[in-house]
Amino acid sequence: MGFGYSTAVFGEIVFNTGMVGYTEALTDPSYNGQILTLTYPLVGNYGIPDLTEVDKDGISKFSESDMIQIRGLVVHELSQTASHWNLKMTLDEWMYNEKVPGISGIDTRAITKKLTSSGVMMAALVVSDTEIDVEKIKKELDDTTKYNSEKFMDIVSTKEEKIYGDENQSVVVIDTGAKNAIVRNIRELGYKAIVVPWNTPFDKVMSYNPKGVVLSSGPGDPQNCPDTIDTTKKLIENNIPTLGICLGAQIIGIAGNTETYKLKYGHRGQNKPCINLETNQVYVTSQNHGYGIKPESLEQSDFKLWFSNADDNTVEGIKHKTQDCIAVQFHPEAAPGPFDCKYVFDELKKLMEK
Amino acid sequence: MPKNESLKKILVLGSGAIKIGEAGEFDYSGSQCLKAIHEDGIKSVLINPNIATIQTDTRFADQVYLLPVTPNYVESIIEKERPDGIMLAYGGQTALNCGVKLEDSGILQKYDVKVLGTQVNGIKNTEDRQLFKDSMKEASVPVLKSKTVTNFEDAKKTAEELSYPVIIRVAYTLGGRGGGIAHNEIELHEIVERGIKASLVGQVLVEEYIGHWKQIEYEVMQDYDGNNVIVCNMENVLSMKVHTGDNIVVAPSQTINNNEYHMLRTAALRATKHVGIVGECNIQYALDADSDRYVAIEINPRLSRSSALASKATGYPLAYMSAKIGLGYNLSELVNRITKSTTACFEPSLDYVVCKHPRWDFSKFELVNRKLGVTMKSVGEVMAVGRTFEESLQKAIRMLDIGNDGLVLNRSNDEKISEEDLEYKLSHHDDQILYNVAIALKMGISVDRIYKLSAIDPWFIEKIQNIINTESQLKESELNESVLRKAKKMGFSDNQIARVKEKTTDEVREIRKNFGIIPAVKQIDTLAAEWPAVTNYLYLTYGGNSNDIQVSPDEKGVIVVGAGPYRIGSSVEFDWGTVNMVWGLQENGEKNVSVVNCNPETVSTDYDICARLYFEELTQERLLDIAEFENPKGVITCVGGQTANNLTPGLAQRGINIMGTSAIDVDRAEDRSKFSAELDKLHIQQPKWQAFSNITEARNFAQDVGFPVIVRPSYVLSGAAMKVVWSQDELKMYVKEATDVSPDHPVVISKFMLDSLEVDVDGISNGKEVVIGAIVEHIDSAGVHSGDAMMCIPPWRLNNKIIETINDYTKKIALTFNVKGPFNLQFLVHDNHVYVIELNIRASRSMPFVSKLVKTNLISLASKAILGKPLPKIPENKWQKIHNYGIKVPQFSFMQLDGADIALGVEMQSTGEAACFGNSFYDALSKGLTSVGYNLPDKGTALVTVGGSQNKEKLLPSIAKLKQLGFKILATEHTAEFFEDKVGDIEIVYKISEPERKPNISDLLYEKKIDFIINIPSTISLEKYVGMLDDEYQIRRKSLELGIPVLTTIELADSFVKTLEWLQNNETTKDPIEPYDALE
Repeated sequence: MGFGYSTAVFGEIVFNTGMVGYTEALTDPSYNGQILTLTYPLVGNYGIPDLTEVDKDGISKFSESDMIQIRGLVVHELSQTASHWNLKMTLDEWMYNEKVPGISGIDTRAITKKLTSSGVMMAALVVSDTEIDVEKIKKELDDTTKYNSEKFMDIVSTKEEKIYGDENQSVVVIDTGAKNAIVRNIRELGYKAIVVPWNTPFDKVMSYNPKGVVLSSGPGDPQNCPDTIDTTKKLIENNIPTLGICLGAQIIGIAGNTETYKLKYGHRGQNKPCINLETNQVYVTSQNHGYGIKPESLEQSDFKLWFSNADDNTVEGIKHKTQDCIAVQFHPEAAPGPFDCKYVFDELKKLMEK
Repeated sequence: MPKNESLKKILVLGSGAIKIGEAGEFDYSGSQCLKAIHEDGIKSVLINPNIATIQTDTRFADQVYLLPVTPNYVESIIEKERPDGIMLAYGGQTALNCGVKLEDSGILQKYDVKVLGTQVNGIKNTEDRQLFKDSMKEASVPVLKSKTVTNFEDAKKTAEELSYPVIIRVAYTLGGRGGGIAHNEIELHEIVERGIKASLVGQVLVEEYIGHWKQIEYEVMQDYDGNNVIVCNMENVLSMKVHTGDNIVVAPSQTINNNEYHMLRTAALRATKHVGIVGECNIQYALDADSDRYVAIEINPRLSRSSALASKATGYPLAYMSAKIGLGYNLSELVNRITKSTTACFEPSLDYVVCKHPRWDFSKFELVNRKLGVTMKSVGEVMAVGRTFEESLQKAIRMLDIGNDGLVLNRSNDEKISEEDLEYKLSHHDDQILYNVAIALKMGISVDRIYKLSAIDPWFIEKIQNIINTESQLKESELNESVLRKAKKMGFSDNQIARVKEKTTDEVREIRKNFGIIPAVKQIDTLAAEWPAVTNYLYLTYGGNSNDIQVSPDEKGVIVVGAGPYRIGSSVEFDWGTVNMVWGLQENGEKNVSVVNCNPETVSTDYDICARLYFEELTQERLLDIAEFENPKGVITCVGGQTANNLTPGLAQRGINIMGTSAIDVDRAEDRSKFSAELDKLHIQQPKWQAFSNITEARNFAQDVGFPVIVRPSYVLSGAAMKVVWSQDELKMYVKEATDVSPDHPVVISKFMLDSLEVDVDGISNGKEVVIGAIVEHIDSAGVHSGDAMMCIPPWRLNNKIIETINDYTKKIALTFNVKGPFNLQFLVHDNHVYVIELNIRASRSMPFVSKLVKTNLISLASKAILGKPLPKIPENKWQKIHNYGIKVPQFSFMQLDGADIALGVEMQSTGEAACFGNSFYDALSKGLTSVGYNLPDKGTALVTVGGSQNKEKLLPSIAKLKQLGFKILATEHTAEFFEDKVGDIEIVYKISEPERKPNISDLLYEKKIDFIINIPSTISLEKYVGMLDDEYQIRRKSLELGIPVLTTIELADSFVKTLEWLQNNETTKDPIEPYDALE
């Protein structure tokens, strides 16, 4: 059963195992280009809050970006009615307004199993009032640009600088598809946040005289962000306190001579255990990534392993051996997901105040 | 941190007999704990008098003591066994309280026993109300405004400050026992007085009332290093208004968003870290429905009913992991038991919705108040798994085994109810609340109005609306594929659909299968299919179109049907039977044994017990679905109590191979007429009886044999709707009730023989040989339900001739009915004649008791019989040669049930049992009585009130003995008169109904001037049903509420007094039980 907006979309189909947080997930730019399957079967229960509400800095309170980023949504059951004290509209209404299609009544567990056995793949999602020409859609799917080669930065990155707060000291966020939560966390640290386009050169970044830099999360293959990689190399060289998150971590990795690769079906959920190797403490993290840093490439690189995934030993965080540069593959900013690793921002603060 | 190598031997405390608030879940958690210890090569010692449990088999524990979980007994075992560590978190509040007392009295320190897991300080930080509040404030977790008080005056002051209504909670108690909501000073007085008495530390908490807030719970795991995760969160459908034990609970939460979910999650981690939890705990929150304001209500620093539910709901074995943490492991060193490759330090992701529904047994109790509130009243629960809320809810209702097929379209039509009455019921929850929501929706009352009245979140009400809409669609349209498919997704059973379409269930099944509408088999895997599961923990759903597993034809297995929810009359003993049957089959070479069960409080629903676990409904429809998927050799229905047994004929008729006694033979035993004809052929006597389907004939029969008579339906367990009837009017009423319970079977009326002994025989047969486990004698006279009676092995009042006759009858009957597997026979001995009351061709309630005392695992034996293997040679009189006495004592939970009467009758009322062994009758009995909560004083005062001169005469020796032992005796006028003449020096006291006359019983009770009460109604059931002596009821109820033992039968009073005498000169033995003898 289709819902949302009647249209045909093509994208990489992925799954997320979080049981709450669809508002946050759908607006996360990292999902751009993807058709999202939610493994939790009941979706839309608490509806969608008023996304125009903003905090004192003008950052949206409930949304992670200005739009729905996913191409389409696949669920088992869509809640036709919703119930919550801050409800503004239903998920169905929101998706219709934003012209995004969805499908319900799907055995999402079967899809998940297909993706874990075959790996993520390109898919079509068509919602239509009339009969769908499956053969035609298949052909269009074959012809469409594949996720791995898509250029996302023009879509997800800001075109101009955006400034939040008026403190003297600032942090520059290089926006490769940043979530609002990253900016909110920088504000919580007590710094002015300056969000700049993904391809901002090093000199331009330094012109803001920042205490530190955050390389944000975002969609796609990190190799598609060569300008950001260049800037990052210089950030490291000049020992500017830098934190990379998700795509940002991969970019830092490449800048620091590690290699990246595409995971078979990624890590997308809110229940991922990561071990901080410095303290041996385990944290439950929020994740959303399809690419990662090759563990074996760390040895010859300028980085050491900081966090490791307790389930499959993938790289979850790295620290530069000499410079003030740290990066995590997970999402310390949460939204959606647990807040356990917010202290990663404090780590950045420590570097900035050193 | 790896395992603590200094641990060589660990003591585990169990929870004792099952009571409301402490049920079978602690067999599950205790067994898991013992398993975790055993795996690490550490010795374990268990103290638990609950004989019907798996944990008291000597399979997981090295030494098992069937002894009361009290500081004295535990200390003597510590002294003897010298354990290095003690686990307090696996035996409910009983174990926790005992542990605190052991620590406070310095016993643990004296013997250098380390508390493993949460330390006693941590326990106190959560259990003591003021310490809890302080801790939460320190951890920046908000709490409700409240005050701890120890007397009524302070309570009153606090209530006025907070303004009424206020809620009263009791410190150190179980199942919210003794708490309540007070709307005014009068109610406050009653609850506070009761609560202070019930509390171990004499304190209660008075707090602002927030009934309409959401009730959300989180289960937390934390290790010694401070790593912590949330394993499950749950939402209570009936808000804060109803105790979580009585609430309908969903997992995960449904109506809270990401921010709220993680706000509460983070607070849970912060709070539990601060109070010092190590292992598992449960934290309960109230969350405002109109903002994100929240408060922490309580932390349970131990395994609980909620944690058992969370374990089953997620597949994450909390008790096992918690025990490993207690041994020193940290979370990341432990492995996810489902994937066997990923870490246990993660948070399960569910891709289904779980619905837990409580099972209440209010109808078992006279005068009981059915209202739901802050005191838990349910006796068991079921858990349903589905892919829509509607599916899970309707499955859960069917699992309850209360005769309902779902939320709507049930056999009995909705009763007419006025809108006014309905609105009242919507705001005053009772056990019908969700049905009432459905009625309200049908009446056109708006969702918003229902929400305002009931505080049930509109999301849930909308889901009930979906069920009703589907019902209308079914009514209005043809039974086409899309309607049928939708109905199945909404959780409708074939029975419901058949009822509305006026077809048979078989026809609906046929139509449905022709459309290809069959449920999919899915795995519960903790990770929403992200990692492959290596265990087969399964459920069936219509919310999917592909099966997660395949069963290849060469894997033909055996399906064992479990017992469903715990309830009065079917408790942990049938889970013991189910699990032992699985093990027995496996030990006899069956590789693919599956279990079907739906009770989250069980060991049988542990996925590592069997090859495939179906967490599913015990209905004919679902069993057929599973059988069609499994294509098994056969299905075993004889170990799951009457629930499983009742499925036998239906499954057999539909071509399923019933393993064990054939369905035809089971029917010959269950059908009274057939059964009687067989007994006549064998020349075996039975009490006069007849079957009826009309009231006139029934009346004539009763007239002929004379009242009292017993009325019961022919296919029913534990005397549901079984009553002793004393008059024609009552007869009319109960015939109707009995036909409601079992409409397909006629009503049986039999002569009730007063003054006789009742005897149970448990045995096994393979059709050729018969093994008699033991002859069990009831200490109470016939008329007290066998589940409520104290029982003794060996029998102590039967002569050899009677025993021989019983032996002889037993063998003849077992062979006549071609029994292949377990059976239980009940006899009546009257005037030296032996009568047969009934034959149950299935595992019985007393089998664990018999098996453990006689050291012969009857269910293991039954597995051989069922597989057609020869039975090992067991000496015919093995049970008579046992040097021990074993006594089984019932545990009652009347305290939880406002208004319930404690006088016993033929309707079973006990919620559990304990059994102890000893060198003598009184050795065993004194431990048994202590185990179920009787205080055995060595001096003090007894109150005696006895009805009827015959009873007074019978009681005379006991009263004389009491006198001799130095007890002071108080009695009401008539009783005093009688005993004054015979033994002298009796003090007269006056009835509660005459408060102006002093000394009055009421005052004496409250002043704790009475140590125990002998209160024997003139004829148990007569007065109970005719309701003549309300005063006696008042005495029983008040003393119960005040925790004073009341002895209501002559036999119990007599045994009690003799036990007191015995204890003045003897000490109880403290020996571990011996393992089962090998069966070869």
